[in-house]
Amino acid sequence: MRPVYMISGGITKFKKAHPDKDFRFMVKEAFDYAMTGLPLLKADMIDGSVGSYFSDHFTRQLKAASMVQDYLGLCPRPSKRVEGGGATGGLCFQAAWESIASGRMKVCLAFGFETMSRVSTWKGNEFIAHASDTNFDYPVGGFYTGYYAMMVRRHMHEFGTTVEQMAMVSIKNHKNAVYNPYAQSPMELTIEDVRRSLMVATPLTMLDICQMSDGAAVAILASEEVAGRVCHRPVKITGVGCGTDSMRMADRPRGKVILLPHEREEDYKELEYPGVHSFRGGRMAAKLAYEMAGIRNPIEELDFIELHDAYTSSEIQTYEDLGLCRYGEGGRFVEEGTPFMPGIDYGLKLPKQGTIPVNPSGGLLAFGHPVGATGLMQAVMAFWQLQGTIEKHLGNDKLQVKGARRGLIHSHAGTGTYITASILEAV
Amino acid sequence: MPEEFKLPETEEGTVLFNIDPIIIKDHYEIDYIHSYAQDSPFFAGLSKGKLLGSRCTGCGYRYATPRCHCMQCGKKTEWFELPLEGTVHTYTTCYFGGEAFIKETPFTLVLVEFPGVDTFLLSRLIGVKPEEVKIGMQVKARFLRLSKFRATDVYFVSAEETCRK
Ligand SMILES: [Zn+2]
Repeated sequence: MRPVYMISGGITKFKKAHPDKDFRFMVKEAFDYAMTGLPLLKADMIDGSVGSYFSDHFTRQLKAASMVQDYLGLCPRPSKRVEGGGATGGLCFQAAWESIASGRMKVCLAFGFETMSRVSTWKGNEFIAHASDTNFDYPVGGFYTGYYAMMVRRHMHEFGTTVEQMAMVSIKNHKNAVYNPYAQSPMELTIEDVRRSLMVATPLTMLDICQMSDGAAVAILASEEVAGRVCHRPVKITGVGCGTDSMRMADRPRGKVILLPHEREEDYKELEYPGVHSFRGGRMAAKLAYEMAGIRNPIEELDFIELHDAYTSSEIQTYEDLGLCRYGEGGRFVEEGTPFMPGIDYGLKLPKQGTIPVNPSGGLLAFGHPVGATGLMQAVMAFWQLQGTIEKHLGNDKLQVKGARRGLIHSHAGTGTYITASILEAV
Repeated sequence: MPEEFKLPETEEGTVLFNIDPIIIKDHYEIDYIHSYAQDSPFFAGLSKGKLLGSRCTGCGYRYATPRCHCMQCGKKTEWFELPLEGTVHTYTTCYFGGEAFIKETPFTLVLVEFPGVDTFLLSRLIGVKPEEVKIGMQVKARFLRLSKFRATDVYFVSAEETCRK
């Protein structure tokens, strides 16, 4: 495998609706931003692309990625579309990585978008629910928030996780977004605000859940030779991992924890794993990415994380899958302030604030979740963090993780059916 | 005189939301011809008041939600009758949902756990107040008399309530 670098990225603002620009124009805007930032890279040096969007229901335009390919002027070069639910963006990023690592391409464009404003929020939820078994799950009341609510109810039962701890994730990510002009939902919240907002599926309220979004993002990946030639601060992709689980949550087995190097079997004597409270696919993705990057203790060896917080609860579940804390400790991990940004006043007492910032961008909860763009947005944010260029791109440096050397991005589909983890490092 | 070609005009208009940019209503619907294929016996079972699960002929793994081949070992499964009573493994009450289900809200979803069975069944719980649902609660299956051949032909009610009465 050849080393792979990220050399540029671009994002549109994530919004409830972008009716003035269709998906092609949105991607073009993000693409032009990425190209403008890298004048030595000429468009004819791009060998091909990987396109990412989740739902043909939302676009009602099959082969929409082909339309982006021609709009960007990349025909007749190679391209393909990648689709894997919520993890579409993460899978797209890794597919572009594969193109470079294999030697097939020297420069590969990963682009992603989603246009969810084309239907009402509740029709959108119906579309998304079709990403559950349509014989056995969807007809019973297909609703992803309902599925995640059942998962966290079990997490609360197993580990004592509280709704207040979940609300703290919402406070953190919405407040981070205040400093991110690309973000859809910047807000300053209290625990009471989160708990008093509309109940959607017990115990998850409207402020525990990400919203529907329109938006696009691109990441440009390159070989070492090209990266060295055109980019003065490339970022190396040192680890990629992916994991899966059964489509039906009802089918999740109850066995032994997949251990990370810093964990021992005795830590989990009583735990039936993954059950419906944990994401086995997320643990597998993390394990593979850590092995490739040579990471043995993630919380000590990573400087920040952008993870797939479609729900406050799934952010807590994911701390555990990624091994930032032990299974069962995710609630306390946020309560102590560990994943909060340093130097921002959240209105909370946070003894361990700033230990390892999680979702400095605002995450899906507050940045937004135009599904096919989301995993690539994470890559762009991680790229800017590792370049130390957050201030240049966001207009302020509040979200810059000082001296960031290594970050992880995490993309997640379904009830945990496809999950990717990728490690990026400053060079 | 040369013949003039002209499309006939119609009076069906377009629902217009906005003109800059132009945003219109664009209708789309479809009926699928859907086969339950190898899962058909489960739905036939519901119409007879039976819950059918799958038991692996290779490793013996028992599935409460059926599948024709075992995801542990790949061998074919055989049908077996699930008990009609189980416990609540986890639950939620949905106050919103996909558009198709909005009119049914609020409804309570449960994953039902059956003794001696390795996986769960997703179903609805009826007749229990949201705040009274508990993990570990005993529940029993009820079936629609007029089957619709849908997973919702079965639903659950509290078995504890009935015991007390
Ligand atoms: Zn088997």
